[in-house]
Amino acid sequence: MADAALLVAEGIRVRFRTVGFVRALIQGIRDPFIDAVLDVSFALGPGETFGLVGESGSGKTTLVRSIVGLVDLAAGVVRFDGATIVDRSDSGLRTIRRNVSMMFQDPVASLSPRKTVRALVTEPFHIHDMTDRDLDVEARQLMGMVGLPVQLLANYPHQLSGGQARRVGVARALALRPKLIIADEPTAGLDVSVQGEVLNLMNELQTDLGLSYIIVTHNLPMIRHVSDRLAIMYLGRFVEEGPTAAIFAAPRHPYTLALLGAVPQPDPDKRREEIGLIGEVPSLRNRPSGCEFHTRCLFAQERCRVEGPVLREIEPGRRVSCHFPRM
Amino acid sequence: MARPILDIRDLSVSFATPRGSVEALRDVSLTVPQDSIVGIVGESGCGKTTLISTVLRLLAYNATVKSGEIVFEGENVLAMSDERLRDLRGRQVAMVFQDPMTALNPVLSIATQMLDIQYREPIPTTEKRRRAIDMLRRVGIPDPEHRLEGYPHHFSGGMRQRISIAMALLMNPALLIADEPTTALDVTLEAQIIRLLRDLKREFKGSILFVSHNLGLIAELCDEVVVMYAGEIVEQGSVRQLFHDARHPYTRLLLECDPARIEKASRHLPTIAGNLPDLAHLPGGCIFAPRCPRVHEPCRREAPQNYAASKGHDVRCFLVRDG
Ligand SMILES: Nc1ncnc2c1ncn2[C@@H]1O[C@H](COP(=O)(O)OP(=O)(O)O)[C@@H](O)[C@H]1O
Ligand SMILES: Nc1ncnc2c1ncn2[C@@H]1O[C@H](COP(=O)(O)OP(=O)(O)O)[C@@H](O)[C@H]1O
Ligand code: SF4
Ligand SMILES: [Mg+2]
Ligand SMILES: [Mg+2]
Repeated sequence: MADAALLVAEGIRVRFRTVGFVRALIQGIRDPFIDAVLDVSFALGPGETFGLVGESGSGKTTLVRSIVGLVDLAAGVVRFDGATIVDRSDSGLRTIRRNVSMMFQDPVASLSPRKTVRALVTEPFHIHDMTDRDLDVEARQLMGMVGLPVQLLANYPHQLSGGQARRVGVARALALRPKLIIADEPTAGLDVSVQGEVLNLMNELQTDLGLSYIIVTHNLPMIRHVSDRLAIMYLGRFVEEGPTAAIFAAPRHPYTLALLGAVPQPDPDKRREEIGLIGEVPSLRNRPSGCEFHTRCLFAQERCRVEGPVLREIEPGRRVSCHFPRM
Repeated sequence: MARPILDIRDLSVSFATPRGSVEALRDVSLTVPQDSIVGIVGESGCGKTTLISTVLRLLAYNATVKSGEIVFEGENVLAMSDERLRDLRGRQVAMVFQDPMTALNPVLSIATQMLDIQYREPIPTTEKRRRAIDMLRRVGIPDPEHRLEGYPHHFSGGMRQRISIAMALLMNPALLIADEPTTALDVTLEAQIIRLLRDLKREFKGSILFVSHNLGLIAELCDEVVVMYAGEIVEQGSVRQLFHDARHPYTRLLLECDPARIEKASRHLPTIAGNLPDLAHLPGGCIFAPRCPRVHEPCRREAPQNYAASKGHDVRCFLVRDG
């Protein structure tokens, strides 16, 4: 699988400075940095959908931004179809930017309200100096691909329904005919009756164009249906990774177990009395010792407090970082 | 049967807009019995927030209550004086919002705010402090003696929501209204807040009106459920009637669309074809007819009334009337 991979990320680490130099000095903060992403490695094949889940602040957005070079890597490399990036000055970055599109969470909120749909969907051509082509033809073609009437090209984002706005977001992401689309929370804020519309469109495009996706989400019931593989992030690391169906059938990491257990079941006969996860995510400035999940883990033993587990393969294609994986 | 806490009868509310009159609520009737949790579920724009804003008389300036009445513990809210309304909001009905900062003042300490909210209580400050600390502990704030001195920005989003719940409960309200209280939170925190509401409900005597678009949360928490679509209540009944024996085509589709209810993994997810009707230019007949897979002869011509599918289970659909 790894040799046929489209995208390979190895040992990714992203650091942010959280306090300024002066404040760090005054307050005696020795380490003003946080590792928002730490030691993340994975590979993505052509036509594959990779889901990325975890609580807010677990580093999902930072990880995908680092893949397209929007934030610098403190360590690690990203390889895409032969191109390599380590930092933002690399020439490989151009290849990646041309072949990997980011789909924004909420196109109405994140894109300029003063731009027409036509301007929005053709913007990637301007960004990449590809204005020699006929942008009217491109715009109409893109609208066709996402099932929107061309009359909407003259509209402004606020004149679109929620579902239409997401389709515009998909059209924009498709503009440069990427091989990989990264969708950060593609269904956040959408009603369930509309959510399927966007996901079905993405699925059809995947089949027609052989696209790969990375879908970042906190919507666990949704990602179960639309992804082939899944990674669960906690404090910037992968704690479990593997085939989506296998993870949902039998979560092995206690955090995965707790996360899946927290999803409310739309059936009053399946009410839960106990909840699997107590407390909140610790601060990245103060990573717990040993296994970083031990402070919230229901299965923690003495060993967990002192020794950090490594992410290891426990079944083919299934990696878990836990001393005592669930059976 | 004991008198309900809240009884809403044939309520219609519209908003004046440049496009015409937006008929946001039409003939809404619902009852919140004592000591119960009633859920209002529906997709965005169906009128959930308008409904609870009307109950609290906090409607936008362009709103008009066209008809109906809202009876809170035997008293008509729509006829209350401003003074009586302040008392109602400050003592008998408490609100928890999606964004806890709606209820919290960013420049005042938690202590100040939690003491202020008890201004009516004829008890010494030390006792008010003790109550505040006790309530913070009950909603799961660790180390409440010290955290009480903190400001809202010292707390995470989940902690702020716990604090806003603590503030609401300090009033010991007869009715707690929660409008999408966990929508901004992660599932792990959401589960904790829902659990908290359920536990607190066992201790306090009031009722809860819980508003959400999330079917899972409604199933998890509520006793009675009201389903809204485009400004109307299309179905209401017990939580089991709604989730196991839904009768309205809209409710059924809504349940079908929820990926958490689809057992076998599938790339193709169901949707509800069509769009919401324009509330400024309502179609005649049944409000759901333009999108309904079961639409038949009278539906586009005539508007259905509420018909009882079984005891306590009312459905606004001709299919139920005609058996
Ligand atoms: N530009 C930045 N500067 C400093 N810290 C950041 C920056 N971007 C993100 N972070 C921090 O990195 C962590 C991971 O954030 P993010 O990747 O947005 O998480 P997620 O998408 O999983 O919610 C958070 O603690 C966040 O506050
Ligand atoms: N102040 C207002 N002026 C005009 N229309 C409004 C106003 N407030 C709400 N609406 C409209 O009323 C309908 C119901 O809105 P709302 O009660 O906020 O729904 P929900 O809370 O279920 O999402 C929507 O169509 C909305 O656009
Ligand atoms: S009344 Fe007719 S159109 Fe309305 S929901 Fe029932 S079957 Fe559908
Ligand atoms: Mg994010
Ligand atoms: Mg609302």
